[in-house]
Amino acid sequence: MAVRLVSADVPVIPARCRLQWEAAQQAYVILYPEGMVKLSASAGEIMKRIDGRASIAEVIRSLEQAFPGADLRADVIEFLNAAYARGWIEVPGR
Amino acid sequence: MQEDGSKSRAGSPLWLLAELTYRCPLHCVFCSNPVDYIRHGAELPTAAWLKVLREARELGAVQLGFSGGEPLTREDLETLVGQAHTLGYYTNLITSGVGLDEGRIARLREAGLDHIQLSFQDSTRELNDFLSHTRTFDLKLNLARLIKRHGYPMVLNVVLHRQNLDHIEQILDMAERLGVEYLELANTQYYGWAFLNRHHLLPTREQLRRAEEATRRFRERAGSSVKVYFVVPDYFERRPKPCMNGWGSVFMVVTADGIALPCHQARMLPGFEFPRVAEHDMRWIWYESPAFNRFRGFDWMREPCRTCAERFKDFGGCRCQAFLLTGDPADTDPVCDLSPEHYRVAEAVERAQGHSGGATAERPLTFRDDRNSRELSSR
Repeated sequence: MAVRLVSADVPVIPARCRLQWEAAQQAYVILYPEGMVKLSASAGEIMKRIDGRASIAEVIRSLEQAFPGADLRADVIEFLNAAYARGWIEVPGR
Repeated sequence: MQEDGSKSRAGSPLWLLAELTYRCPLHCVFCSNPVDYIRHGAELPTAAWLKVLREARELGAVQLGFSGGEPLTREDLETLVGQAHTLGYYTNLITSGVGLDEGRIARLREAGLDHIQLSFQDSTRELNDFLSHTRTFDLKLNLARLIKRHGYPMVLNVVLHRQNLDHIEQILDMAERLGVEYLELANTQYYGWAFLNRHHLLPTREQLRRAEEATRRFRERAGSSVKVYFVVPDYFERRPKPCMNGWGSVFMVVTADGIALPCHQARMLPGFEFPRVAEHDMRWIWYESPAFNRFRGFDWMREPCRTCAERFKDFGGCRCQAFLLTGDPADTDPVCDLSPEHYRVAEAVERAQGHSGGATAERPLTFRDDRNSRELSSR
């Protein structure tokens, strides 16, 4: 029943959620009605590239440019699938 | 999280609840406001709230609830929302809907309001209007549609108890029909007016079981289209809730008259002088005030909490519940069956099993209103 995202998908942060850098926590957080999730540094790097225009493949390419030498593909896909399941990202049309 | 109970180790607050007013057009029998709200002082003016918002944001608070009473009775709500949005808060309006119309929904959206949580008392007009002592059901239905149309996430809150638990399926259906994204089924917590009316609100085990079962079936059917939070009433648990994630850990409340509290209920606790936001800045209040440090960490605990492995998980439960049920806020929350006072909770639950729940001369149903509050204040 779980949807698997593919690299051509273009994810977007839904209107009910907001990604924001919080200096007090030194972390990105996702804010939603009466709740919040503090992201790890790597999750923050992924989420801040989700803008409703970049495909997952482009997000991965951007991360690999920022962190050369790392093979991030599997980790990014896994995180985005988890984020999708939790409603932090949506893919229009799905 | 602070591990040694010293104030220097306290983390920053994440949540600020602004209880803008104790005025409310509704008279709900389960209201969590203080029963003596009528005797509390004048409401904070706009400028004082703006200062509170600024200072709490500097400390790290990022989730902001506007509640009350009914926050819409404040004519400066749009101003406060605008400032909060500019400061970077995620802003939540917690409302009965009375005082809201399409114009105001749009103005609040423009000011930057992120979310409106609309409360219903029941899925039927009769019980909604009876429990709130107002004719508000049709208004709420209409507002739910308007809120959605204006692009807010749709969050519905229904407080559950003995009188409406049997309507759970209709409540779930209503939520689905309205297209809500989040449904909070909040079982009554017994504080304030709800504690006063506990006899009429505490459900039977069978009611709860059926409600949980109906919620489970609904989740299976509706999938992820509606997120349902079903908060089990802690009286039916064997371990206490991790109230506020620990005293002075992440949460702070500022009341209508400008007192800062570590939780909604704390102002009734004896032996405290809660700081006033007009006299202190929020940094001093959070980190330095004796009130916010009183139950921080673990050093204040008694047995059985003091040596219990679960103290890191539940922080000894709720200080206010301990006070309400045992008379001493430093006791273990009696919801815990390791507490020697647990029988007080168990007996209340037992008593709820048989009776018919109707109001009688000995046990009247006390609506939250100014007259009753005045009378309760004078006791």
